[in-house]
Amino acid sequence: MSGRQNLFNRVWDLHTVRTMASGQTQLFIGQHLIHEVTSPQAFQMLRDRGLKVMFPERTLATVDHIIPTDNQARPFFDLLAEEMMSAIEKNCQEFGVTLLNLDDDRQGIVHIVGPEQGITQPGITLACGDSHTSTHGAFGCIAFGIGTSQVADVLASQTMALGRPKVRRVGVDGKLHPGVFAKDVILHIIRKLGVQGGVGYAYEFAGSTFDAMTMEERMTVCNMSIEGGARCGYINPDQTTVDYLRDRPFSPKGAAFDRAAKWWLELASKPDAEFDHRVNLQASDIEPTVTWGINPAQSVGVNEPIGAVSTFPAEEQKGIQEALDFMELKAQQKIRGLKIDVAFIGSCTNGRISDLREAAKIAEGRKVSSHVKALVVPGSQQVQAQAEAEGLHEIFKAAGFQWREAGCSMCLAMNPDKLQGREICASSSNRNFKGRQGSPTGRTLLMSPAMVAAAAIEGAVADVRELM
Amino acid sequence: MQKIEQVTGRVIPLPLDDIDTDRIIPARYLRCVTFEGLGEHAFEDDRKQDPKHPFDDTRYQGASVLVSGRNFGCGSSREHAPQALIRWGIKAVVAESFAEIFFGNCTTNGVPCVCVTADAAKQLAAAATASPQDSITVDLMALEVRFGNLKFACTMPDSARSSLTTGQWD
Ligand code: SF4
Repeated sequence: MSGRQNLFNRVWDLHTVRTMASGQTQLFIGQHLIHEVTSPQAFQMLRDRGLKVMFPERTLATVDHIIPTDNQARPFFDLLAEEMMSAIEKNCQEFGVTLLNLDDDRQGIVHIVGPEQGITQPGITLACGDSHTSTHGAFGCIAFGIGTSQVADVLASQTMALGRPKVRRVGVDGKLHPGVFAKDVILHIIRKLGVQGGVGYAYEFAGSTFDAMTMEERMTVCNMSIEGGARCGYINPDQTTVDYLRDRPFSPKGAAFDRAAKWWLELASKPDAEFDHRVNLQASDIEPTVTWGINPAQSVGVNEPIGAVSTFPAEEQKGIQEALDFMELKAQQKIRGLKIDVAFIGSCTNGRISDLREAAKIAEGRKVSSHVKALVVPGSQQVQAQAEAEGLHEIFKAAGFQWREAGCSMCLAMNPDKLQGREICASSSNRNFKGRQGSPTGRTLLMSPAMVAAAAIEGAVADVRELM
Repeated sequence: MQKIEQVTGRVIPLPLDDIDTDRIIPARYLRCVTFEGLGEHAFEDDRKQDPKHPFDDTRYQGASVLVSGRNFGCGSSREHAPQALIRWGIKAVVAESFAEIFFGNCTTNGVPCVCVTADAAKQLAAAATASPQDSITVDLMALEVRFGNLKFACTMPDSARSSLTTGQWD
């Protein structure tokens, strides 16, 4: 039977401490990542109960959400942000947790830092007080976001209670068209399966399209599992995974690496593995995709009109109309040509070096449209250093993009990078919820980083293929 | 160990789908090291744009059971979302469905979230709008939601239900 067990169930069983009376599993968490936003209350809960961090060596902290990406001098202008910084510094010191702070060249967005340091490995369980923890599933591990009370549980016990989800195999096969990126693949999947299609499931992304992807592309896909309602998403480990992890700071070394790699490869779901549900999609159907609404499933191909309200299922029509009204768009309008005010390239979805390279290819030798404010924010200091070594920052700056320090920036509104008023932002981030980018009435169009660069140049939503 | 077997209170109807946690509590209020004071900012941006928002409607002040639509609480894992609702006065949520992390965060904080059919959610919201002074009962033992002469079956995963009804949630 276990030969037909999929990777998710196998890793789950390996980390099960016990089945609780409630039916939930007490799951051992191999790696815990924390950041400044969802941890202060958790540390306070520990303090209130006189508890310690059980395994500080299995816990790693960084700072990303609240830090300014322009002037990082301390104390921050925003005194609330400064208070949060002081809190995580104090908590990490008091509880013996390693903190990758601003003065550490490994600092960055938590979901970029883990993989880049080799902390995220196949077969582990990984939790973090952030819903995009699903990113780490790209390595073939179980990774999910948790709330602050659970952060406290994991800090104190290295375990947490969780119901076992079902597993859906989301198959995508075939070769992507030129100009179609991993971001388009996941936006397409969410459009097809819906924002709550994944509730109760972990998604296994499998098929030749994912096999052909780099680790960075796989991370983009898994990152947005949660936007499809699935708390975890993962991709089976293969040689691409092994090659990525070789020589990373936290990866095993020498013979230990070879032993680990052998085990990692064995974990992958076999061709006859069993799933609770399967769906299959074709890569050839995927176009450069842009969201037009207020949830990530409300998207269209760049040359496709937004459907008439009546073409949506009856139970969605009210929401579709609400989205159209908020965005000031009309049914049957094309998204292409919609004027933008801001362009944002960055975030844990698309702030990695390959994302910046693709965007730089589009920006090179061109100019950002005069009415557009454009920002490139590397996802980590390592990404920033690599980009600067390749001269990407010069390409961006020459084109009129601002080149910033690593952080979450305009993905969410917790630092000074925010939309103003009704601004429309072409964004490589992951959420287009009302108010997400800092102005309650601001509007977000999600797309791939290359598409954001194209929109910045054209001053309006554009088809990146015409600039390639 | 407080056992939560049922919640009775007045209703605040919010008959919308896909209410995300950025709407429940805008990210700027996550710049805090405690959850104190979040209640007054619940749905702040929606309220500013809609003067008739239920959270500002005097008829619903003091209500403790929120009734909403599909996929309530989607988006971020921020526990600030249930914390803001709790501090506003919410003790239970009735909706067509919930996003998982939000659901878990509510259970951990002793706030039962039960699912009813789309039709039941609609009828409950309409009935509560018509009689805002009446109370609803969310009964976790009978797995029923009762309001006036309306009575609907509701669902909740066994694990969450038993942790609430046996007082193990804390
Ligand atoms: S980049 Fe955005 S989605 Fe990712 S961790 Fe930061 S705020 Fe969250």
